[in-house]
Amino acid sequence: MGLRSSTVSLTRYKVNGKFEGSVTEAVLKGLRSFCITDIDEDDTEKSVGWTSWETPYQPDFSGSSFMLGTYMVFSMRIDKKTLPPKTINKHYTLAMEKKLAEDGRAFLSGNEKKLLKESVVQLLNKRIPATPNVYDIVWSYEDSRLWFFSNLKAANEELESLFLKSFQLSLIRIFPYTGAYLLSNLTDPEKDTLATLTPTLFRK
Amino acid sequence: MLDLALAYTRYRFLGNEFLTWLWYLVENDKYTPAAHGGDGNADAPASLQVGNRLVLENRQQEGLETITIKGDDAGLEEGILALRKGALVSEINLKYTLGPQQWTFTLKGESLNVSNLKFPEPTLVETRQDLEAATLDRIFMTEKVVDLIEDLYTRFVKQRLSPRWESEVLADIRQWIYSGT
Repeated sequence: MGLRSSTVSLTRYKVNGKFEGSVTEAVLKGLRSFCITDIDEDDTEKSVGWTSWETPYQPDFSGSSFMLGTYMVFSMRIDKKTLPPKTINKHYTLAMEKKLAEDGRAFLSGNEKKLLKESVVQLLNKRIPATPNVYDIVWSYEDSRLWFFSNLKAANEELESLFLKSFQLSLIRIFPYTGAYLLSNLTDPEKDTLATLTPTLFRK
Repeated sequence: MLDLALAYTRYRFLGNEFLTWLWYLVENDKYTPAAHGGDGNADAPASLQVGNRLVLENRQQEGLETITIKGDDAGLEEGILALRKGALVSEINLKYTLGPQQWTFTLKGESLNVSNLKFPEPTLVETRQDLEAATLDRIFMTEKVVDLIEDLYTRFVKQRLSPRWESEVLADIRQWIYSGT
């Protein structure tokens, strides 16, 4: 679900740290360095990288197109090839029978079976296109706010890892503790109270 | 700041307490909008209502009991009964109205994540300039909801950490929970 969808999901983050030089240049460098790589023509199973929000299937960051007003808008794309287990099993069984016939043997060792299965998966991965999933991101640099338009745990984890690699800035997810500690303008005594807080019993 | 992985689990209760407080606030017409200025909507009347879904969790006894109330005109009495048994709100769907515009969204207590966020009205896009303007408008509309959540959460946290929590706020919430008995 993206920023322009009729219904969206949202995970909020605080960006920890600032760039030393030009923000636009630093972001552009990070986006280009970790831009999504197309894997449709090779045997790679998964690819994760940045793409442009306007043209997610043809990444283009030229002319600082990710700058929109005071926000930076771009997307993370995860391309993944998912082979049905039954398809793998069919091709693996055929490949095993062929190898046994060629070698004149009755069985293969455990290691041979493992290697054969890997090569079958590689071969099949080369033949199927990846399924792309695009997740939009809005980054307000000045107030260190970042919104990620998905609640999927795996996508959030990919974002946190890719963001750190690309920009050398970490993301802090906003959940009850971080929302209180980082966003609620707490005084030092309030922070001390938060540190020892225990659940309230609402019923009598 | 505590280790985040530990803090996520340790403070999960705080999110559910927030949503329970929020339900009390909305049901008792105690929501007052924040005094934001300069956004063109500063004087627009704002209101907050419970939408079509409320989920409560009871972790007081052994195991986990979940009570889900859904439907546009669903009665929330079951929810009050669950509160009396020690449950807390773990998920709430809200309708936020600001002037002529209305947003609906679901907030989860554990993560404070927003889901099913629906915006006031879609903008028609025909040209590239339209797309940029519509996207900026969508960001602006998202910001309204994020600001609302952050404002409400800050108010809750300030009350929750104050010495008044037990004697005033919690006393009022308990009065609401048991008012029908």
